[in-house]
Amino acid sequence: MTASAALRKTPLNARHRALDARLVDFAGWEMPVQYRGVIEEHLAVRASAGLFDVSHMGEIVVRGPNALQAVQRLTPNDAGKLRDGQAQYSALTTPSGSPVDDVMVHRVAADQFFLCVNAANDDKDFSWIREHLVPGAQAEHVSEQYALMALQGPAASRILSLLTAPSVAALPAFSFVDARVAGRYARVARTGYTGEDGFEIYCSPDDAPAIWDALLDKGKHSGIEPIGLGARDTLRLEACLRLYGNDMDETTTLLEAGLGWVVKPDKGDFIGREALMKQKEAGTQRRLVGFEMVERGVARHGYPVAVGGQTVGQVTSGTYAPSLRKNVGLAYVPAASSKVGDEIDIIIRAKPVRARVARTPFYKREK
Amino acid sequence: MYPDNLKYTKDHEWIDLKGETGTIGVSHFAQKELGDVVFVELPEVGRRLKQGEEFGTIESVKAVSEVYCPVSGEVIEVNTALKDHPELVNQEPYGKGWIVRIRVSDPKELAGLMDAASYGGYVGQGGH
Repeated sequence: MTASAALRKTPLNARHRALDARLVDFAGWEMPVQYRGVIEEHLAVRASAGLFDVSHMGEIVVRGPNALQAVQRLTPNDAGKLRDGQAQYSALTTPSGSPVDDVMVHRVAADQFFLCVNAANDDKDFSWIREHLVPGAQAEHVSEQYALMALQGPAASRILSLLTAPSVAALPAFSFVDARVAGRYARVARTGYTGEDGFEIYCSPDDAPAIWDALLDKGKHSGIEPIGLGARDTLRLEACLRLYGNDMDETTTLLEAGLGWVVKPDKGDFIGREALMKQKEAGTQRRLVGFEMVERGVARHGYPVAVGGQTVGQVTSGTYAPSLRKNVGLAYVPAASSKVGDEIDIIIRAKPVRARVARTPFYKREK
Repeated sequence: MYPDNLKYTKDHEWIDLKGETGTIGVSHFAQKELGDVVFVELPEVGRRLKQGEEFGTIESVKAVSEVYCPVSGEVIEVNTALKDHPELVNQEPYGKGWIVRIRVSDPKELAGLMDAASYGGYVGQGGH
């Protein structure tokens, strides 16, 4: 497990090393892929709580008197519905209705929006935003000013409440507040990427180790575990949350990726609106669906999907799902094979292995 | 971690030769590198394997890895318990996590494999 010196390190890198994490190159960052083991970490998040270092994620602020108009033009969801302290899942779209990235849009104030973007797309997104701003709005790339931790799981609220003022226990989902966590300033959002209740905590890189230590300490009695990117991927896939670069990119439209619910054409114009309206009317030829393996085998990103011996699509994500004890995945298939129950074959090492289109999300927490 | 009675390959398989029967699995180092094993694809009984030939696949949550035959022989038994309990490869790599048994066709091939001490040194330096 050699790590190149050229890799970027998060402010929690020494913590990961002390915990004997396995570190890997992820989008140019040296990140922990696992600590004690993917399955154990996955189940800890579902049962109690897990703490993730996701400081590699990027942050971009759009500000100015026309910040809202800028965000409305850049993204398909209706940022006009947000009040201060609210967040929404959205995307940056190309004129053809494909995502440049998927993003979380936070309204800090009427003239200030805080966007959280994928690590691999950080620079691309910032350039895209700058090129497509409206007059009266500016974009600021602030990724280096923030570390980001996610605290996820049924015990997350209880643990974070022990350390946070004002309290975050009553913070609604997709809301955020600027608070003090373990005495340090932080932006706490009730968001996540696991299918569980939980929080994402944005703070200064200098404060990240103290907050990390305090959360692990206060969470000890609840069974908190540090969680690597391996379990982050199995958790998000069980919840059918898309992964940019795997499940969608600039060659797939938001409608094909099953993200039609973030497209709000009634809000007014935005980049990609016309293409998406047209596609909605005509119908999508291919769709991202969830599937379950019927025969034994694990589907992986890039494996072909076949129906009647003909290759008709491709797996975009696949894994063993620890909470379901099944092998599941997401794949693009033709509309004709996209109904729940439709049988498809996943081509694994040149052999067709039977799978079935399944209801999604695979995992839904009990509320 | 690396029992003395076994011989090891550079690809991290082990073989335990008793008479002409060789039991084959993957090493502690291999199972740890793989992480949680969730699927093992086994060969068919009766298949004849050459030394170094790929005969199966081990899948962990994150990785897919091939298994290679340490010496030539014919598959006489496969560990069917791995179908429902692939985690045995992690839990008991030298015991219940064995993968196949072969009738070894040329025991002299074992001479080219590593003993426990050399293998320990090999993985100590990275093993790949």
